[in-house]
Amino acid sequence: MQSSEERTSPQTKSIMRFLRPTLNALGVPLLAVLTAMIVGGLIIAFAGGDPFMAYIGLFQGALGSPRALSETAVWASPYIFAGLAVALAFRGGLFNIGAEGQLAFGAVMAALIGYALPGWLHIDLPAFIHIPLAVGFGALAGALWAAIPGALKAYTGGHEVINTIMMNYIALNLTSFLLNGPMRDPNPLNVIARTPGIAESARIPPIFSGFRVHWGFILALLVALAVWWLLWKTTLGFEIRTVGANPDAAKYAGIDTKRTIVLTMALSGLLAGLAGTIEVTALNYRHELGFSIGYGFDAIAIALLGKTHPLGVVLAALLFAAMRNGGTRMQFLTQIPVDIISVIQALILLFVAADAIIRYIYRIRAREERVVLTRGWGG
Amino acid sequence: MTANIVLKAKGITRQFPGVLANDRVDFDLREGEIHALLGENGAGKTTLMNILYGLYRADSGEVYRGGQRVAFHSPKDAIKRGIGMVHQHFMLVPVFTVSENIMLGAETTRRGTLDRKAVAAHVRELSHQYGLDVDPLTVVGDLPVGIQQRVEIVKALYRNAEILILDEPTAVLTPQEAEDLFRIMRELTQRGVSIIFITHKLKEVLTVADRITVMRAGKVVGTVQPQETNEAKLAAMMVGREVILKVAKGEASPGENILQVKDLQVDDRRGLEAVRGVSFHVRTGEVLGIAGVQGNGQTELVEALTGLRPIHAGKVLMNSHEVTGKPPRPIIETGMAHIPEDRQRHGLVLSYPVADNLMLCTYYLPPFGVRGVIQPRAVDVNARKLVENFDIRTPSPYVPTSKLSGGNQQKVIVARELSRPIKLLIANQPTRGLDVGSIEYIHKEIIIMRDRGVAVLLVSAELDEIMALSDRIAVMYRGQIVATVAAAEVTRELLGLWMAGATPDKV
Ligand SMILES: Nc1ncnc2c1ncn2[C@@H]1O[C@H](COP(=O)(O)OP(=O)(O)OP(=O)(O)O)[C@@H](O)[C@H]1O
Ligand SMILES: [Mg+2]
Repeated sequence: MQSSEERTSPQTKSIMRFLRPTLNALGVPLLAVLTAMIVGGLIIAFAGGDPFMAYIGLFQGALGSPRALSETAVWASPYIFAGLAVALAFRGGLFNIGAEGQLAFGAVMAALIGYALPGWLHIDLPAFIHIPLAVGFGALAGALWAAIPGALKAYTGGHEVINTIMMNYIALNLTSFLLNGPMRDPNPLNVIARTPGIAESARIPPIFSGFRVHWGFILALLVALAVWWLLWKTTLGFEIRTVGANPDAAKYAGIDTKRTIVLTMALSGLLAGLAGTIEVTALNYRHELGFSIGYGFDAIAIALLGKTHPLGVVLAALLFAAMRNGGTRMQFLTQIPVDIISVIQALILLFVAADAIIRYIYRIRAREERVVLTRGWGG
Repeated sequence: MTANIVLKAKGITRQFPGVLANDRVDFDLREGEIHALLGENGAGKTTLMNILYGLYRADSGEVYRGGQRVAFHSPKDAIKRGIGMVHQHFMLVPVFTVSENIMLGAETTRRGTLDRKAVAAHVRELSHQYGLDVDPLTVVGDLPVGIQQRVEIVKALYRNAEILILDEPTAVLTPQEAEDLFRIMRELTQRGVSIIFITHKLKEVLTVADRITVMRAGKVVGTVQPQETNEAKLAAMMVGREVILKVAKGEASPGENILQVKDLQVDDRRGLEAVRGVSFHVRTGEVLGIAGVQGNGQTELVEALTGLRPIHAGKVLMNSHEVTGKPPRPIIETGMAHIPEDRQRHGLVLSYPVADNLMLCTYYLPPFGVRGVIQPRAVDVNARKLVENFDIRTPSPYVPTSKLSGGNQQKVIVARELSRPIKLLIANQPTRGLDVGSIEYIHKEIIIMRDRGVAVLLVSAELDEIMALSDRIAVMYRGQIVATVAAAEVTRELLGLWMAGATPDKV
């Protein structure tokens, strides 16, 4: 059995081995974005707006200046973390709808460590200790919050979708209680539910002075790389993916599926916790009720659009960030409400989820392995 | 014979990345005949059928239905032209009833609601007409495989199929169920239905087929009549060389006990007693065969021994470790290898590259996993070696395992399990779905393992396989071992009787 692949040089072979799945995976999402933009443009035109002006505004607002780029990166940071959280859980066969709650709980914990720890210890902490502590505890809080529904799934069979939603309610109400009560900023001028500002030593600095883009964005990119490495290069990643792809085979192979499920959820929550943590330590320097405008839910869309691959997640997060960020400029230029952005994002998601539409429009043939009937002895 | 040709393929060619699956294939089917299609694993049988059924498109070549050129874009088109296909494992919804499954996609409605009564009546009529004996109102999940397969046949007939494609229908059937299927097939042909029948079992082909076409490496080797051929000739045609249908093996020299099972009781999925107090042992250097009609507790026994199913009572000692109720990993680590019965459910992660499946049980051990990091070089070396040694037909070790033909998927499992240092091999239907050449190879490997001092527990529904490999044979019936005998001292007939429930005089 000779194959064409065997004959090409080893370098091209390994490059193609890497590229081909990436290209295949990118095709439908790219076309979905394009189609959503076109349909969005029609809607704008229908509403009496000028779609070209709108998209120019969107582009300028998102990428048109150093400040715009910086702001897009600021938006992208929590999106990347939260998108990775959902994607990692997906790879492990779990649907983590609870990123929102994990993120909130992580943010509370990061804020607490950020403003209260020096007081508790009666010392000034250096930044190289204080920042990792705040970030670490925020991440751990998210991990813990997700491990609970993970354990419920593994040991009682309780479905993670239901339980992560429940945990969202608990987290959001708990946050509200803490920010209105024990953790409320005691400053007499403060009238809203927020924590005191975190100590200087717990703040992650901006990368360039004068711009808000911070090292948390770089951290997000590095973490995406780490997630990729974890999933595809380590034995733990092999276990996570195997449990996700075929739990029966995982059990057969000697993998402790229950432990893996709890671990997968914990890791997913850790990433979600980082999303909240970064907003507190690198951007807002405190936790404020309602700072997260549904990052945890956008994360689901981002994970799906990114085909649950870390690289895809980064790209999808950047796209969502650009659209959110550019929307303001678009509204300013054309008076088209920013809500159109939500419509376009929803369309993208719709087209990615129902990829049959995209395949039909662009005459992409469904990849044939999908019609090979699964579970057949006949092969 | 000058019967009408109802279906004809001319010069069908289909290329997959790295494989020419069909190479200018000609094939025809006459009205009312059973045309058997034989060929090695990966020869291109399923591909050809998928093309005739509209699942795949041919790169070139023509398909004629009743003399008319057709181009099927999907199975819907094929069904419209009276072609039905039954895949090995079926596309039935387990929680639906038989008639609900049958009308799925071809719903009969009356004033906007499903007309269940009419469908049930029609199913009953069809079932009666062809002696299929299917009750339209039972829930499919409660039916044994053999009956589920008939539901698939009824489903095709309900859509007015005049041509039936059966892809390895007998691989998972008990001999009795297979007999019933043959009776049904003959009944169908008498009523003008034409059948394409794929199998690896040469005996079946010789008894049931009107014509036999053999494929090898994507090409048709030839078409013969069953009268003018025999098993050995067919095997040689398929593989392209002489195949020794009987393994050569010397005397066993058994040593100490490796597997010891005492009064084992195991429940099945529904909580009913499936294994009811079984005791036996397997020694180094011997093959213990467990014979029995499928569904007499063998599946549950193996799953319990390998840690996949809880044990109700009893004791299991493996390599002098007590492993009763332990999860799979510690059992595997005592030196156990397991070829599972359901390859796609337990044995493989279909979406993984072949290379990953070839280290599925040892990914965490050196050389594959070193300090928690997977070593791609070691994975690659292992994969290339096993693909070569076990003749796994794949364009590269990095294609998803789902792209391999059924038999080659099985070889991936066998290669993986036989290639690591083990003390005990538990093989459940190790050659199911394999061609004669591969069976020969795997049988030889199992005997080599035995001669190296591995203890082998072989579970098989194929009496031939049990007889060929075993040194001792235990017969399982209704969850109990009713007899254990030396293989040399027993006949097929006697085993058959015991499997059917006759009590042996001496044990
Ligand atoms: N969807 C696919 N993508 C890539 N290669 C494929 C695909 N389907 C089949 N092949 C390849 O085509 C060849 C023929 O496969 P096919 O399934 O037709 O074999 P088969 O004769 O049915 O074998 P078996 O007896 O093992 O079922 C194999 O080498 C297989 O790997
Ligand atoms: Mg096949």
